[in-house]
Amino acid sequence: MATAPRFWRENPSRYNLVGVECHNCGRHFFPPRSICPVCHRKSVGKMEKVKLKGEGKIFSLTEVQESPEEISMQKPYVLAMVELVEGARVSGQVIDCDACDLEIGTPVRVTLRKLSEEGPSGIIHYGYKFVPLKEKAP
Amino acid sequence: MRRVAVIGIGDTEFGELWDSSFREIGIQAGLIAVADANISADKIDALFVGNMSAGRFIEQEHIGALIADYSGLARDHIPATRVEAAGASGGLALRQGFQAVASGLHDIVVVGGAEKMTDVSDTESSMIQSSAADQEWETVLGATFPALHALIARRHMHQFGTTREQLADVAVKNHKNGSLNPKAQFQREITRETVLSSPVVSSPLRVFDCAPSSDGAAAVVLCPLDQAKKYTDMPIEIAGSGQASDTLSLHDRKDICTMEATRVAAKRAFDMAGISHKDIDVAEVHDNFTISEILAIEDLGFFNKGEGGKATEAGLTALEGQVAVNTSGGLKARGDPIGATGLAQAVEIVTQLRGTAGKRQVKDATIGLAHNVGGTGATVVVHVLRRV
Ligand SMILES: [Zn+2]
Repeated sequence: MATAPRFWRENPSRYNLVGVECHNCGRHFFPPRSICPVCHRKSVGKMEKVKLKGEGKIFSLTEVQESPEEISMQKPYVLAMVELVEGARVSGQVIDCDACDLEIGTPVRVTLRKLSEEGPSGIIHYGYKFVPLKEKAP
Repeated sequence: MRRVAVIGIGDTEFGELWDSSFREIGIQAGLIAVADANISADKIDALFVGNMSAGRFIEQEHIGALIADYSGLARDHIPATRVEAAGASGGLALRQGFQAVASGLHDIVVVGGAEKMTDVSDTESSMIQSSAADQEWETVLGATFPALHALIARRHMHQFGTTREQLADVAVKNHKNGSLNPKAQFQREITRETVLSSPVVSSPLRVFDCAPSSDGAAAVVLCPLDQAKKYTDMPIEIAGSGQASDTLSLHDRKDICTMEATRVAAKRAFDMAGISHKDIDVAEVHDNFTISEILAIEDLGFFNKGEGGKATEAGLTALEGQVAVNTSGGLKARGDPIGATGLAQAVEIVTQLRGTAGKRQVKDATIGLAHNVGGTGATVVVHVLRRV
């Protein structure tokens, strides 16, 4: 099992969806990276951390029936690839929903939840998941 | 650059080899290959070993020296190098051996690949396999290795109308080929119904869409083509070798239904060999999941993007088809001992090009291809082999 700092150091991005914007080309990336894969050296020093809005649409999804023990208490669960409004894509679970109601294109927004519990020590890891954006009743 | 030939091949049975240790299966494949090449141990200049994760599967690192030692080569002090690129470890080891001979650095090189996966629990095994993906930004968030491929499958079905039945047809074909391969882990034919009634792992993928955990090893012996006739009447040339990388995370790819690294690695291998995809008679592609084979046969250029499912359903990738794909049974039926897989692919292609594949022989096979993938496509290695 990993030590706690391995998880903590990623908390800003896991809790608050902090990514980066390349100020050379305007593209957004998540998680933060120090070099833009489009602009290469021109982007060095121009990658600024930004909190992403946390809104997007499901790009693809799956209902996971078999998963490692750490997160198996939650199974089955829906895992989606979400395309955020800023253009970056992320992987995460979709919760508070019926898997049948979700499809490619369903709008979702981010929420902070428990990701996993580690062994007998019971360290609880938190991070982002997604919930469907409810259409307003007419 | 010198031209390079395969002069010997060897492989073990693939499966749950409870009685054999990692080092036993590792040297077994090497011994068969060296005997096949008819060389003595003192001729071997270097050893490369493909292995993904012995550190986690059997808690043993330092695999290069281990295999050299138990192959009886410790007193010869040959360079022995372990090569890792997740699922592409074997193919990449082959490329390292190819480069060593092509460059003139070494003459006789043995390249092996081995993995012992069944000494850990199934859960542990799947967690180790997931480490080929991005641990921090995929796995931690619940993206298992099958789940990532399920995302690709769902998107491919959405974009191109690929059907659940067409995915099943990949497994049916590969099990049929496996039934003709005495070394395959599964030698039993299955039907669409077998696949469609097996338990869901990660929708839409079911148990029979996934390659198994396996133990096994495979090896080849390489030498310069102009020396090959000293050792064998039937040298097979490695005519092209291509390698490419891509983002570690699937979600960072522009298009998850295309494995860009496959396209690039294939182009590099085809250009080196001076051929096109149309010249390939037989191909071993990385079908760790049924959807992976559909992507592979599209991205290698055999079929247009989006038509891999239809082509499979129409039998175009069967033994008698337009291009015979995974004649060994593929990862799905032959088995997938990760680090060994890239070498097992090369062994199958050499067998086909020698014309010694028995019941699964592709008629007049002259040019073959091996396609080996690491992770969800972050590393791809493609080799083109040719009868000379
Ligand atoms: Zn940029």
